[in-house]
Amino acid sequence: MSLVVGDVVAERTFSITRDSLVRYAGASGDFNAIHYRDDVAESVGLPGVLAHGMLTMGLAVQPVVDWLDNRGIVLGYSVRFTRPVAVDPLEGASVTVVAKVGALDESETRIDLTVTFNDATVLGKAQVRVSLT
Amino acid sequence: MNPELQGRVFPPTAPYLVGREKVREFARAVFATSPLNFDPAAAEDAGYDDVVAPPTFPVVVQEATLAQLLAEPDGGIDFTRVVHGEQAFSYTRPIVAGDELVATLAVTSIKSLGGNSMVTAESTIVDANGAHVVTATSTLVVRGDA
Repeated sequence: MSLVVGDVVAERTFSITRDSLVRYAGASGDFNAIHYRDDVAESVGLPGVLAHGMLTMGLAVQPVVDWLDNRGIVLGYSVRFTRPVAVDPLEGASVTVVAKVGALDESETRIDLTVTFNDATVLGKAQVRVSLT
Repeated sequence: MNPELQGRVFPPTAPYLVGREKVREFARAVFATSPLNFDPAAAEDAGYDDVVAPPTFPVVVQEATLAQLLAEPDGGIDFTRVVHGEQAFSYTRPIVAGDELVATLAVTSIKSLGGNSMVTAESTIVDANGAHVVTATSTLVVRGDA
């Protein structure tokens, strides 16, 4: 496949609900109550029940995994957690991921993720290093 | 936080056996759709022994090491003040169901920044043969007194 820097390789919007948070808590073992109890979130000064940062990180890489399919492997993946994703009990939260080619060389390709919620980015320096076969 | 934590290496965790249903459960939770995460036949066709775990699955194994860090008697880390700042994974190969994984935590850096402390915890995860699978690195921000 012929890629150039700036190519958008994948894009996906995720609808996160409170159910998603409970499911992720169980799957990951992270039972911090700020991810499912409004009273606890409020008591520590948060804008509401938040998505686990690792849930946001976990779903944000999925469009890249699907794009890679069997044609390569992930060498590295890193993010900074810059803004929380508050998940409304009724409306949930909509998180959009755009994956672009950030850098290319012989051994690896860097895919940069732009991950947004309410028009603001929630992950900083979100980069996936992949090896294409 | 105790600055002497820097450089400390913790005892290896008890082996974690990666189950096929756990991989599927985690994959569903992170909205994964790849057949490699769910279908053993698809994974075998791609050259793996069993279903492949999503890229952030190592956090399940890493969790035990972060618990060691927070429980360290002289660590001085107040769990209720900890915020996850950064996370990174560096892979030698993907985790697959059937792997028996052991994680070893090292505190690689402690910094003070404007009343907060930042601790970088690196968990090296190896398989039953001792071969490197993935290193999971967390930077935790411990908020100072407001």
